[in-house]
Amino acid sequence: MTVDGRLQAGAIGVETVGMTMRFGGLTALDAVSMRIAPGTVHALLGENGAGKSTLVKCVMGFYRATRGQLMVGGREVEVPDPKSAHALGLGMVYQHFTLVPSLTAAENLVISREDAPPVIDWRAEMARLETFMARMPFTVPLDQAVRTFSAGEKQKLEILKQLYLGRRFLILDEPTSVLTPDEADEVLGHVRRLCQAGELTVLLITHKFREVMACADEVSVLRRGALVGCGRVGDLTRADLARMMVGDDELAEPAPRTGVPGAPVLSVAGVRARDRSGLKGIAIDALEVRAGEIVGIAGISGNGQMELMEVLTGQRSVSAGRIRVNGSPYGATRREARVHRVRFLPEEPLHNACVPRMSVVENVGFRSFDLNGSGARFWLSTRELKSRAADMAAAFRIRAASLDAPMSSLSGGNVQRAVLARELTGTVDLLVISNPCFGLDLTAVAEIRARIMAARNSGTAVLLMSEDLDEIMELTDRVLVMSEGRIAYECTAARADRAEIGRRMGGHA
Amino acid sequence: MGRKRGGIRPSDSSLAVLARRAEAVAVPAGALLAGLAAFSLFLLLLGKSPAEFYALVYKAGFGTWFSWQNTLSRTAPLLLAALCVALPARLGLVVIGGEGAIVLGGLACGALGGALSGLPGAVAIPLLAAAGVLAAGVWIGAVGALRHYRGVNETIASLLMAYIAIALMNHLVEGPFRDPASLNKPSTAPLAEHLRIGDIPGWDVHWGLVAGIVGCLVSWVLVERTTWGFAARIAGGNVRAALVQGLPVGRLVVGFAALGGVFAGLAGVFEVAAVHGSANASLAAGYGYTGILIAFLARHNPLAIIPVAVLLAGFEASSGLVQRRMDLPDATVLVLQGFTFVAILVSETLYGRLRVFTPETWGIPR
Repeated sequence: MTVDGRLQAGAIGVETVGMTMRFGGLTALDAVSMRIAPGTVHALLGENGAGKSTLVKCVMGFYRATRGQLMVGGREVEVPDPKSAHALGLGMVYQHFTLVPSLTAAENLVISREDAPPVIDWRAEMARLETFMARMPFTVPLDQAVRTFSAGEKQKLEILKQLYLGRRFLILDEPTSVLTPDEADEVLGHVRRLCQAGELTVLLITHKFREVMACADEVSVLRRGALVGCGRVGDLTRADLARMMVGDDELAEPAPRTGVPGAPVLSVAGVRARDRSGLKGIAIDALEVRAGEIVGIAGISGNGQMELMEVLTGQRSVSAGRIRVNGSPYGATRREARVHRVRFLPEEPLHNACVPRMSVVENVGFRSFDLNGSGARFWLSTRELKSRAADMAAAFRIRAASLDAPMSSLSGGNVQRAVLARELTGTVDLLVISNPCFGLDLTAVAEIRARIMAARNSGTAVLLMSEDLDEIMELTDRVLVMSEGRIAYECTAARADRAEIGRRMGGHA
Repeated sequence: MGRKRGGIRPSDSSLAVLARRAEAVAVPAGALLAGLAAFSLFLLLLGKSPAEFYALVYKAGFGTWFSWQNTLSRTAPLLLAALCVALPARLGLVVIGGEGAIVLGGLACGALGGALSGLPGAVAIPLLAAAGVLAAGVWIGAVGALRHYRGVNETIASLLMAYIAIALMNHLVEGPFRDPASLNKPSTAPLAEHLRIGDIPGWDVHWGLVAGIVGCLVSWVLVERTTWGFAARIAGGNVRAALVQGLPVGRLVVGFAALGGVFAGLAGVFEVAAVHGSANASLAAGYGYTGILIAFLARHNPLAIIPVAVLLAGFEASSGLVQRRMDLPDATVLVLQGFTFVAILVSETLYGRLRVFTPETWGIPR
C-alpha cells in the first residue's frame, strides 16, 4: 500500500442522494440528500434515534441502503461492505477507542493495516512511520504502550491511524465524549487544520453545539430520519440549531423546584478506595447530601465517579472512612437500604441493575420480592409480583410487548422507566443516580428528569452523577466536580460557572 | 431506534406462554437428537449399524422390568450428582467437581461405619448420612467461597479439588482406614448389616432413587418458589444488579454451592451404604461427570433432571450389552455422551434467537 501516494490525493467530497433505509415497517432514514464538500468539517446533529448512525452505517457499508446513491469524489459508487468503503478512502473513528492498550502506538498503526505482512520488518516500518509522522501536524510518542496514553493522545492516535491507512474522508462519532474540554479543543483544532490544508474531509457527529460553532464549516440536522435543515455554521445561531433538532415537539417543562433542603441524609467522610485499575485511589474527604436537594457530581468519565457509585452500593470495599445515612453507619446491606430507604439507579441499567434474561415482572420485583407488608417472606408470591408490576407499568408508562417478556427485549427508555419505577415506588430518603438519561430520546429524558425533580421536591436527598453538564445545570441545587478521584470543586447551582467547572473537570485549579 | 410496540399488555396470551416454555424443551431435545445423529455417523464409520445400537440401548435400558430396575439403580447417583451442577449453576457457577463430593461423602460414611456399629440403625444411618453430607457440603461450599471471596475460577478449582478428594480417599483406604481383610481392593471395613440401606420394597432398586427424586423436587421448589431461590437467580443472572439490591451474594454463592455438595455427598453415602457396603475406589465411578451432562441437558432445571437422568442411566446400563453384542469398546457410551455434550453447548447459542419461541418478536417484520 502506498500510504504517501494516497495522502497526496487530498481531501474528497461525499454526497448522499435520496438515501433511504427501512427496517421492516420503520423508516430509519428518509430520502436524505446531503453534500459534504471536500476539505470541510461538516457537523451532523440530531437526537438519539434521529438516524445519524444509520446514515453513517450506510455510508461505511455496514448497511445497504434501501434506496439512494452514494457519490464519492463526484462519482457514483457502490459500497457493499466496509472493506470497499475503506478502499475508497472512507474511514470512521468510533466513540470508544479501538486500540490495543498493551501494544505501542507504532505497533497499533502497523497491525491496523489490511496488508500487514506476516513477518514485520520493524526497522523499515519504523523508518516509514517516522517519515509519515514528520508530515503530520501533530504526533504521539510512537514507542510507548497505548495503555500509558491520556484519552486525548489516544484519540489523536485514532485519527493518525486513519490518515496512515490512507483515508481521506473521516467520520468522527462523538470524538470528544471521553476528553476534557481542553483535550477536545486541541484534537478538534488539529482536525480543522488538516481539513483547511485540504488533506481531509470530516463528518463530525456530535450533540455539543459549542463544538459545531467552534469547529465546523457546515452543519446538517437530522430529525426522525429526515434531513430537516442544513447550512453554513456562520449563518446559524445555537437557537436555530436547537429548534431544528427538537422540532415543534412539546417537551415536558422542567419541573418547578419547591421546598428547601432539610437535614443531612448522606454523609461521606474520609473515604479511601482503590479504583478499577488498582493503581490509583479515590479519596472523598467530605460529601453531604441533604433531604430535598439534588447534589450533582460533574466530571469526565473515568475520574472516579463509577468507583464512588460502587462504594455507595457496596460493590467496592473501602480502606478507610465512614459512610452514614440518616446518622447511622451504612454498609449497603439489603436491611440497611430498606431501613433507611436508600435506592440506586446505576448507569446502563440493563447491565448494572437488571437481569436481562428474567422477565419484566421479575425485574421490577427486585426491591420487594422478599417483603410481606413489613415482614420478610420465604415463599415467593408470583401473583403479588405480577400485580405490583402491572401497577408500576401503568404508573410509569412502561411500554412492553408483554410484562412476561425478558427485560432485554425492552427499548432503552422503557428499561430506564422500569428501573425508575422499581426504585421510586414508595418513600425514598436517598436516591443515588448515575447518568440516568444516557442514550435516551428527548421525551424520555424530559420525563425522567421530571420524576427526579419530583422526588427531590417530596424530600428525597438525591446524589446525581452525570457526564452531561447540561443535565447537572438543569437539575441540581449544588454542583461538585470530580477529578482524579477527588472532589475538586464545589459551588451552588445558582453561582455555577460553566467555564470554571470545565477547567476543574480537566484538573486545572 | 426503538421499535414500535403495542400498548401495555399485562401478560402473555396462553399461546405465548406455551412458546416461551417450549423453547426450554425443544432446544435441548433438538441438541440431543443432533448428538445422537452425529454419533450414528461415528458408528457408520466404524461399520456398525446405528439402528442395531439404539435397539440394544432400548432393550438393555428400558426393554424389560429387569432392565428398568438396572437403569433406575444407576439413576439415583446421577440425579444427586446433577443437582451438584445445577444448583451452583443458578448462581452462575460452573462446578464440574461433583465426583469429589461423591467420593468424600462415601468415604466419611465408610470411615465412620465401624465406630457407629454399636448404635441401632435408625440412629446410626442418619448420623452416617449427616457425616457424608457435611464433608461433601463443606468441600463444594469451599469452591463457592474461593470463587466469591478470592476470585478463583470455580470450574478449575472444583475439578482439581475432585482429584484431591479421590487421592485423599485412596490414601485413607490404603492406609489408616484400610480393612486388613480387603486384599485385592483396599476398602474400609464393611458396614455392619444393620447399617445398610436396603431396597425399595418389591423393587430391586435402593432408596437412593427416592432420595434423588425428593432432592430434585425440593431443589425445584427452593429455586422457583422461594425468595432465597429468587435472590439466587438475580445473583446468578447479574451479580452487579444483586449487589446494588444489597442481596447477600457471598452467602448465596457459598450456600447454593454447599447444598449442591450435600446432594452429591448423599449420592456417595448411598453408594457405600446401599451398593458397595464399604468405601473404596469404586466410589469414583464417573457419576459426577455424567451428572454434568445431565444438568446441562436439563438446563439446570431440577425437575427436568429427573427424566434426563433416567435416559442417561439407560444409556450407561446398556454399555455392557452393547459391548458384548456389537463388539464395541465399553468407552462407546462415553463417545455418545461427548457428542451429546458438544451439541448441548452449541445449542446454548440458540436461546432467544428462534422467533417461534420469542412472542415479543411476533408481528414485527424481519
